[in-house]
Amino acid sequence: MEKDLQEILSNYKGKKSEIIPILQDIQSNFGYLSETTMKEVAKFTNVSESEIYGVATFYTQFRFTPKGKKHVAVCTGTACHVTGAQQIIEGMERHLNIKEGETTADGEYSLESVGCLGCCALAPAAMVNNEIKSKLSLRSIKRIFRGYRPGDSSEQ
Amino acid sequence: MKFEEMVQKEKKDYETLFSKETAVLIGSATCGNSAGAQTAKDVMNKELEGHDVRIIDVGCIGLCYAEPIVMVLKPDMPAVFYGNVTKKVAKKIANYHVIHSEPLRKYALGSYGGKIEGIDPLFEEKNMKMQKRRILRNCGFIDPTNIGHYLARGGYTGFMRALEMDSSEIIGEMKKAGVRGRGGAGFPTWMKWQFCLDSNQETNYLVCNADEGDPGAFMNRSLLESDPHSILEGILIAAKTIGAKTAYIYCRAEYPLALERLKIAIQEMKERGFLGENIQGSGFNLEIIIKEGAGAFVCGEETALLASIEGERGTPRTRPPFPTTEGLFGKPTVINNVETMANAALIMQMGSEEYSKVGTDESKGTKTFSLVGQVKNTGLIEVPLGTTLKEVIFDIGGGIANDGEFKAVQIGGPSGGCVPAQHLDTPIDYGSLLGAGAMMGSGGLVVMDQGTCMVEVARYFLEFIQKESCGKCVPCRLGTKQMLDILTDITTAKGKKEDMNILTELAQAIKQGSLCGLGQSSPNPVLTTTRFFMNEYEAHINEGICPARDCKDFIQYTIDADLCDGCMVCFKSCPVGAISGSKEEVHVIDPAVCIKCGTCLDLCKSKKKAVKLVDVKL
Repeated sequence: MEKDLQEILSNYKGKKSEIIPILQDIQSNFGYLSETTMKEVAKFTNVSESEIYGVATFYTQFRFTPKGKKHVAVCTGTACHVTGAQQIIEGMERHLNIKEGETTADGEYSLESVGCLGCCALAPAAMVNNEIKSKLSLRSIKRIFRGYRPGDSSEQ
Repeated sequence: MKFEEMVQKEKKDYETLFSKETAVLIGSATCGNSAGAQTAKDVMNKELEGHDVRIIDVGCIGLCYAEPIVMVLKPDMPAVFYGNVTKKVAKKIANYHVIHSEPLRKYALGSYGGKIEGIDPLFEEKNMKMQKRRILRNCGFIDPTNIGHYLARGGYTGFMRALEMDSSEIIGEMKKAGVRGRGGAGFPTWMKWQFCLDSNQETNYLVCNADEGDPGAFMNRSLLESDPHSILEGILIAAKTIGAKTAYIYCRAEYPLALERLKIAIQEMKERGFLGENIQGSGFNLEIIIKEGAGAFVCGEETALLASIEGERGTPRTRPPFPTTEGLFGKPTVINNVETMANAALIMQMGSEEYSKVGTDESKGTKTFSLVGQVKNTGLIEVPLGTTLKEVIFDIGGGIANDGEFKAVQIGGPSGGCVPAQHLDTPIDYGSLLGAGAMMGSGGLVVMDQGTCMVEVARYFLEFIQKESCGKCVPCRLGTKQMLDILTDITTAKGKKEDMNILTELAQAIKQGSLCGLGQSSPNPVLTTTRFFMNEYEAHINEGICPARDCKDFIQYTIDADLCDGCMVCFKSCPVGAISGSKEEVHVIDPAVCIKCGTCLDLCKSKKKAVKLVDVKL
C-alpha cells in the first residue's frame, strides 16, 4: 500500500539526522524519489533542496526514476565476480533488452548491479525484490524471468 | 522476574527441546533461504501436519556449500544434521526420521550429541575440529527470534557481570583479554573505550558498525541473522562502560533479514528489561537506534559513518580529532565492529583469562572468516588467530574446487591483498598478514585458482574503489581513476611498456596523499599483485597473452573439428547464436558474433571436449 507523503513525514520530527531515513521511507513506498517529494523533504527538514540532492545522490541506494515491479539487483562482490557476475549481468541485459540501471518499457523489470549481497558462498547471486537467487548461471537466468520477454505485456 | 529465575526457566525449556522433544531446526539465514530452506520448511509443515513436532527457524552453522541444512531432534537419540535438503529429501526426512525415528544415512552431514551407526559426529570431522566456534557457538542451535534460547545458553550473564563492575574494571578485563578490533585495523578495544572515558564529557555515544561492505565478506550478516543477542549484549556492556545512553547500530540496507531479526531482538530486550530505563534494576539506561545504510562502501570508515548518521553525505573527516574525543554530533564516540561487540560479550561471560588462552601473543581469541571463491567447502568458519592460511583453505575448506590449482587468496577486501602459494604458511594474525602484503580486514577470504587473472583482479578492485571513492580528496578521486584506466588498458590488450612505472608512481602518491583509510589502502590490490604476479602483467603487455585465459580480449573459443560429435548442445545453448552447424556435423563458432561467455565449453558433451579455449594471436 502506498502511503501518502505527508503521512510518512508525520512520523518524523524534521531533524537533519532524519534525512536519510525519510528518503529511505519514501523510496520504499513510492519506489523512487520524485522531484516533488525531494522538494517536500527540503521544506520539511528546513534544509536546502541542493543539499538534499547532495545527500541523496551520494548514496547508491537512492534512485530518481521508477523501479520495475520486479527489481533485479545483481551482486558484483568479489566472489560473484570471480564466478561470472559480469556474464550474468550481460545475460540479463540481453534477456530483458535493457542496460544495467534501466527499467523495461512495460515497467515489469528493472536491472542494476550492486555491492556485495553477502551470499558469497553461493555465488553468483542476485536479489529479486527482497529474495536472493543463488548459484546463477546463464541457464538459470531464464527461470528467474519465467518466460518473460520484453514487450510481452504490451502485446497482451 | 529476577534474572536467575528467568534463566532457570529458559534453560529448562531449552534442555527439554534438545532431550525430550521431536523438532526440526531449519537453517534459515539468507544463505539457507536462497538455497531453498523455506521450501524445505513448507514440505516439513505439510508432511508433519497433525504430528507433535516443532519446526523452528534457526541461524546458519556455516556449511554454506551444503545449504539448505536441517537438524532433526528426537527424544533419546542424538540429533542429525542433513545437507542439500531438496523437496524430495525433506519429504523423506519427515517420513523416515521425524515420524519413524529412522535416520537417513545417505543425506546426513553428521550427528550431534552422540554417534549414530553410519553417521559420524559432525563436529568431530576434520573441517569442524580445526575450528574453534566461540563467536559462532549459538549459530544454528538457537532461534534468533527467541531471546529465551540465548539466555538458556549463557546469554546476558556477561552483561549481568558487567553491572557489578565499574568502568575501569571492565576496561581492565578487555585489556587482559587482549581483544583487538575485528573491523580490520585491529586497534585494541580497551584503549578505544579508555580514550572515550578520558574525554570526560557528559554525553557519550556508542556506535556498532554493521556496515559490512567488503565484497566477499558476510560474517557479520550471518552473526546478525543467527545470534543477534550476542552483539546486543556486547553493545550493552560497551555502552555501560563508556557511559553512553544512546547506542546506534549502523547496518547495511542490503541485509534485510539481519535488520528484521535485529528489530525483533531489540523488542524482546525491551520486554525482558534489558533495554530502556533502569535496566535489570541497576539504574543504567540505554536506548538502541538502528540506522540503515544507504549503499556507500566508504561509510564503513568510521568518520564517514558518523557523517551518514548525522544525515550528511558520507565523506570522511580529518583525524585528529578522533571520534573518541569528537565524534557523533560532536560528542565522544566509540565505534566498534559487530564481531568486536560479540567478543566483548564473550569476554565478560567467560572471563579474560579463559578468553586469552586462544590465539597468539599479539592477537588473542578467534576470528570468523567467510571462505569463498574457488574452494570446495565454502562457508563461514571461525579459527583461533594464528591458524595458517594453508590450514584454512586445505584442511577446513577441503582444497580447490573442481580439482583446480591454487593460485592466490584474497584477504582483507579491497584494502587487502592477494597472498600467493609461497606464503600459504602465513599465520592469520594482524602482524603476519601485513608482512605478506595483506591485512586482516573484516574477514573475507576469496580463494582463486589458475583460471583467475591477477591483473583482472587488481582491475576489479580498483573499479570498485574508484566507484566508491567519495570524491572529497584529490589523490583518491583522480588517482584511482587513472590507475583504473591503465589497468583496463592492460586487460584489454592496450597495455604499454611505460604503464607499470606510472602505476607504481600513482600507487605511492595515493597511499601518501589520501585522507582516509579507503584512499590510503586503495593501491593495495595493485601493490600486492605486482609484488607476487609481475609476470602476469608483463605477459599482458609484452607478450600479448593472458596466462590465466581470463581476459576476453586475449582469448577465443574454437571447436576442434576432429573431436566434435555434432550433438547440437552448444548450438542450442549459445546465447547469441554464434555457433553454426547441424546434427552430426562439425559445428563452427563465428568469432565476430561470439561474446566469449564460455557456455559452449561448459556444456560440451564430447568426451575430449571439442570446444577449446585458446590464446588469440595478438
